[in-house]
Amino acid sequence: MLKQATSIKDACQEISIQADDFSLADEVALLEKDNVTDGAVVTFTGRVRNNNNGNSVTTLTLEHYPGMTEKSLAKIIIQAKERWNIGRVKVIHRIGELNIGDQIVFVGVTSKHRQDAFAANEFIMDYLKVKAPFWKKEQITDDGQTSENWLDAKNSDTDKADLWS
Amino acid sequence: MIKIVFFAALREQLDCAELSLAADDAKTVDDIKQLLSDKNEQWQQTFSNASLLSAVNHDMVDGSHLVKSGDEVAFFPPVTGG
Repeated sequence: MLKQATSIKDACQEISIQADDFSLADEVALLEKDNVTDGAVVTFTGRVRNNNNGNSVTTLTLEHYPGMTEKSLAKIIIQAKERWNIGRVKVIHRIGELNIGDQIVFVGVTSKHRQDAFAANEFIMDYLKVKAPFWKKEQITDDGQTSENWLDAKNSDTDKADLWS
Repeated sequence: MIKIVFFAALREQLDCAELSLAADDAKTVDDIKQLLSDKNEQWQQTFSNASLLSAVNHDMVDGSHLVKSGDEVAFFPPVTGG
């Protein structure tokens, strides 16, 4: 059976780039609302750690490329829908200044059975890490000295994303 | 005209968020990179970084991608979201 193709515009309805925090409970409720066909709901939430490469992180600032961010995430969602039999998708990414413990990113996927939702969720997160134009700058404290630096991309993220191709 | 935009560490190194180029000055993304490198030593050094990524009209492209008038070309470091 041919699946109906999702357009970039349709997929953009499933994406939110926002400075504000989000509620995990509210997002799960939206994925489940009037959804009687899907038995599986898989969610991932990313949060700000207090440490990176041995440094003590105090805050994190997220920059992005408006327009391209939405388009790249939409393309990732479309790929996931082509690859797995999934129902609803929601991707939220926060921007601006974030504190330790703050939620940064949310990916929610529903499907009839769990395998598709688990795989699609991991795929979306892995591709987001290497394809969506976000950049993190961390403010760190080292021996009482405060400084800030842009994070370097990790080869392990590229390797992980490559496993899907 | 071609609009050129820079992000994150690259924007800070160049101290420039965006600029415009005459469309007939460049044919490919690599041509634009060369033109920008010619600006001065600081820009040359910055654009010699092989890990820089480029996008045209919000799609990731490689250096051989053809650029036309009205396009938006972006240069930025490898992404670190999520």
